[in-house]
Amino acid sequence: MTQINVRVDGASYTDDVEPRTLLVHYLREQLGKVGTVVGCDTSNCGACTVHLDGQAVKSCTVFAVQADGCQVTTIEGVASGEGESATLHPVQRAFHEMHGLQCGFCTPGMIMASIDLLKENPDPSDEEVREGIEGNLCRCTGYQNIVRAVRQAAAEMSGKAADDPQAEPAAVDTAAADHVTAQA
Amino acid sequence: MTAVEDPASAVDLPPAKEVGQARRRKEDARLITGKTTWTDNMVLPGMLHLAVLRSPVAHGRITHLDVSAAKERPNVVAVYTGADLAEEQGSLPCAWPVTPDMVNPGHPSIAVEQVNHVGEAVAIVVARSRTAAADALEAIDVDYEPLPVVLDMEQAVQEGSPLVHDSTSSNTSYHFVFDAGEAGTGSDTDQAFADAEVTVSRRFVQQRLIPAFMEPRSVVVQPSGDNYTMWSATQIPHILRVMAAMVTGIPEHKLRVIAPDVGGGFGGKLQVNPEEILCLLIARRLGKPIKWTETRGESLMTAHHGRDQVQFIDVAADRDGTVKGLRVRLLADMGAYLRLITPGVPALGAFMFPGIYKFPAYRFECDGVFTNKVPTDAYRGAGRPEATFAIERIMDELAVELGMDPLEVRRKNWINAEEFPFTTVAGLEYDSGDYHQATEQALELLGYDELRAEQQRRRESNDPVQLGIGFSTFTEMCGLAPSRVLGSLAFGAGGWEQASIRMLPTGKVEVVTGSTPHGQGHETAWSQIVADQLGVPFEDVEVLHGDTAISSRGLDTYGSRSLVVGGTAVVKAAEKVVEKARVIAAHLLEANADDLEFTGGKFSVRGTPGAGVGIQEVALAIFAAHDYPEGIEPSIDAEATFDPENFSFPHGTHICAMEIDTETGFAKIRKYACVDDVGTIVNPLIVEGQVHGGLAQGIAQAMYEEAIYDAEGNLTTGSFVDYLVPAASDLPHFDTGNTVHAATSNPLGAKGVGEAGCIASTPAVVNAALDAVRHLGVTDIRMPLTPERVWRALHGGGDGGDRAAQGSNAYGGARTTESGYQEAEQ
Repeated sequence: MTQINVRVDGASYTDDVEPRTLLVHYLREQLGKVGTVVGCDTSNCGACTVHLDGQAVKSCTVFAVQADGCQVTTIEGVASGEGESATLHPVQRAFHEMHGLQCGFCTPGMIMASIDLLKENPDPSDEEVREGIEGNLCRCTGYQNIVRAVRQAAAEMSGKAADDPQAEPAAVDTAAADHVTAQA
Repeated sequence: MTAVEDPASAVDLPPAKEVGQARRRKEDARLITGKTTWTDNMVLPGMLHLAVLRSPVAHGRITHLDVSAAKERPNVVAVYTGADLAEEQGSLPCAWPVTPDMVNPGHPSIAVEQVNHVGEAVAIVVARSRTAAADALEAIDVDYEPLPVVLDMEQAVQEGSPLVHDSTSSNTSYHFVFDAGEAGTGSDTDQAFADAEVTVSRRFVQQRLIPAFMEPRSVVVQPSGDNYTMWSATQIPHILRVMAAMVTGIPEHKLRVIAPDVGGGFGGKLQVNPEEILCLLIARRLGKPIKWTETRGESLMTAHHGRDQVQFIDVAADRDGTVKGLRVRLLADMGAYLRLITPGVPALGAFMFPGIYKFPAYRFECDGVFTNKVPTDAYRGAGRPEATFAIERIMDELAVELGMDPLEVRRKNWINAEEFPFTTVAGLEYDSGDYHQATEQALELLGYDELRAEQQRRRESNDPVQLGIGFSTFTEMCGLAPSRVLGSLAFGAGGWEQASIRMLPTGKVEVVTGSTPHGQGHETAWSQIVADQLGVPFEDVEVLHGDTAISSRGLDTYGSRSLVVGGTAVVKAAEKVVEKARVIAAHLLEANADDLEFTGGKFSVRGTPGAGVGIQEVALAIFAAHDYPEGIEPSIDAEATFDPENFSFPHGTHICAMEIDTETGFAKIRKYACVDDVGTIVNPLIVEGQVHGGLAQGIAQAMYEEAIYDAEGNLTTGSFVDYLVPAASDLPHFDTGNTVHAATSNPLGAKGVGEAGCIASTPAVVNAALDAVRHLGVTDIRMPLTPERVWRALHGGGDGGDRAAQGSNAYGGARTTESGYQEAEQ
């Protein structure tokens, strides 16, 4: 067992983990962060995508020990505020508005990947969105409404959707608080 | 009316209709925030984890099985073999004996003496953690005596072929025939062919596919005394409960099945899985909660597959293009066992091969064939994509034979709008539609003339990238129901659906439905329906489903049946609520019930505007029950069971424009346009989403996906590295449209939409590819249209499939010899 210190969705955790434990299993089984899911064994589907120090990673390809000293943001931490009054991330809102999900199993990973994509490219074309999320599989939507959603979010985050009162600049990873402070 | 609206009068207007609005989904709130209840999220006190040791051989006798070392592994609680469970495991159910003499060898949940496909359960470990269970599998020692492996259907049905099951006399499970002449729905087929001026015959291959739902299957069983609660990632909690009770002997009323959030199914979760039964048996033995969650590898290898048919199809016609007869002979791969509706899938397609065309004669024959592969069963469309592919492909082949335009041949033979309702040669009564209108709209959406001109330019300039345009003018039967029709096809259940409505004292409404969604948006669509029916706000409706303790009766979600059957049950229940409330409202208003009208959620006395009582107020009044008429019960709750008289028949025209790079064989969809008629649309956003998703899967069959077994029966596409579920970058933008011809079999006027895109799209894509390269001598390309196959078809003739199938299993690619050794057919 190895001890790790991780900050996940704004809260600090100190845990003992087996060295072979994958980050996604640590999140789900030790922290109860079951919003992040496992869809495959080969890092093809992207359902487990989270942000590790602000970068999208497939958490089935990262050992929990590699996250030691890092901050992790999951789908459960991208909205600001808590409970029913939480303000959704513009990408979450756009997936809802554009019907960018059906069964919703790929959605956490798809949203996390899309947030990362928009950080790299704030105004992607349809093609760039399709290329940008090709590491995430969806079996329900045929992707068209996901592409719409990402572009809608891009417009909102860059203030182009002026008629939307909630439009404001991107607040990516706002839920993740400042850096992990205490490190052994 | 003046042009200026009077704001005062607007107050009295009934609220806008909910049905038809693009309501954003209620379901999304939890799904976009990660507040989900997938089965694998469940953690129960004392819960143990189950892992399955799976056979690495496709066909063999278990000669040695030693689990003693595994039992000594840390944190292992128990290890079981098939022999340990043989007395109590029964046989997994097959609910569809399509012929009276169908051979069903039985299907153990865990192998006892013999394994019949790679991935079959051989032993199970129960441990305190998921990892401890998986680790201990490695300590199990098994030896197998190999048996000849049967993989190719065409060889499997030959005299003298090795048998999958020793207990049977051949590998043929059943021979199913529908002959329109004998059924009295058509003329003699042989005569039609004898008299015809032209006949065209083709052999098409429907490759094996994997449903590949995103959420891996997962089961949790919690025992409580002699009661059991099972959570499962299933499409069919109601059917699963009945079947699990029958298989295990646990009384049905002691078993509760819950389908919580379920991450897709596409038919792949329309099953009674071996692991569901095993979890139940082990939970009963140990008295502890048991969880099993599959890996993706297990899912691809052992969850049922779909399609896998060899289709021989002949069409007879006159020189002017008028079709005279249709003959279909199928070999349908059952795999090693018959699961829930394995044999019924090709039978469901039997009635759809004539498509939208007026064939006077039709004969269908199908052999269900056992092979040493995982069983096939329902996959989005189940029988109808296969039928649609065959007919839409052969209509193109007929057009080529006659030198006619493929649309012209279709127009000449399709049912005209004024001919509905139309009884087909297969005996089905098509309800409504206008194939001409859908086609004209689709041509416009595509920009047909321009693309045809470009195709011509590319041909003339000998462009290395050639362009083709392919059509699919399809219809399908959906909304399973009707019960008596299912009965006549020997299906083991009915097709009705149940709904109940509970009017709560605060005026809120609970709708309980027997349909079980797993991504379709029932909570939203049903709320829209109830909002209109009861005149209550959309937000005041909550839809409950997927738990047999809450929704006691139901037949679940598959076959595009939820809205047309389950949604109609909701309408019927709402009508009963209104009628019950009317009596109470009349009492409260001191009026005659016959004088009341009900609009916008309010009962008022006809001709006396203003006075009235809302249905939500009636709910409170009857909850208090201080003042209600004598002779009635103090409740306005109601339930209804709906069993339609007919299927509904969505239709549409799908057109694909395809670019083929003749130098590399790379195929790329340039444009895809479709116009679907799914009757009345309850929520256009959801309908569009269903069409998109269906298109993706249908296009994936044409271009990307194939489950491939090697010569020993190993699945070589056992991960998402090898089984190509398309990503966003692999798919085009879809241009979609609708025409609306209401269904006549339900009051909503709705036709099913869940499978339409998947059924329609595959032949449009293949027809387009062929249209691009037919002038270069290519007459067929085996699906999926990989660059290798396209290139080989262009450069080597044939359908390009030869090398891809060489040394593998199926469709004439390899030969099973007497020794069981397989060699490639040259």
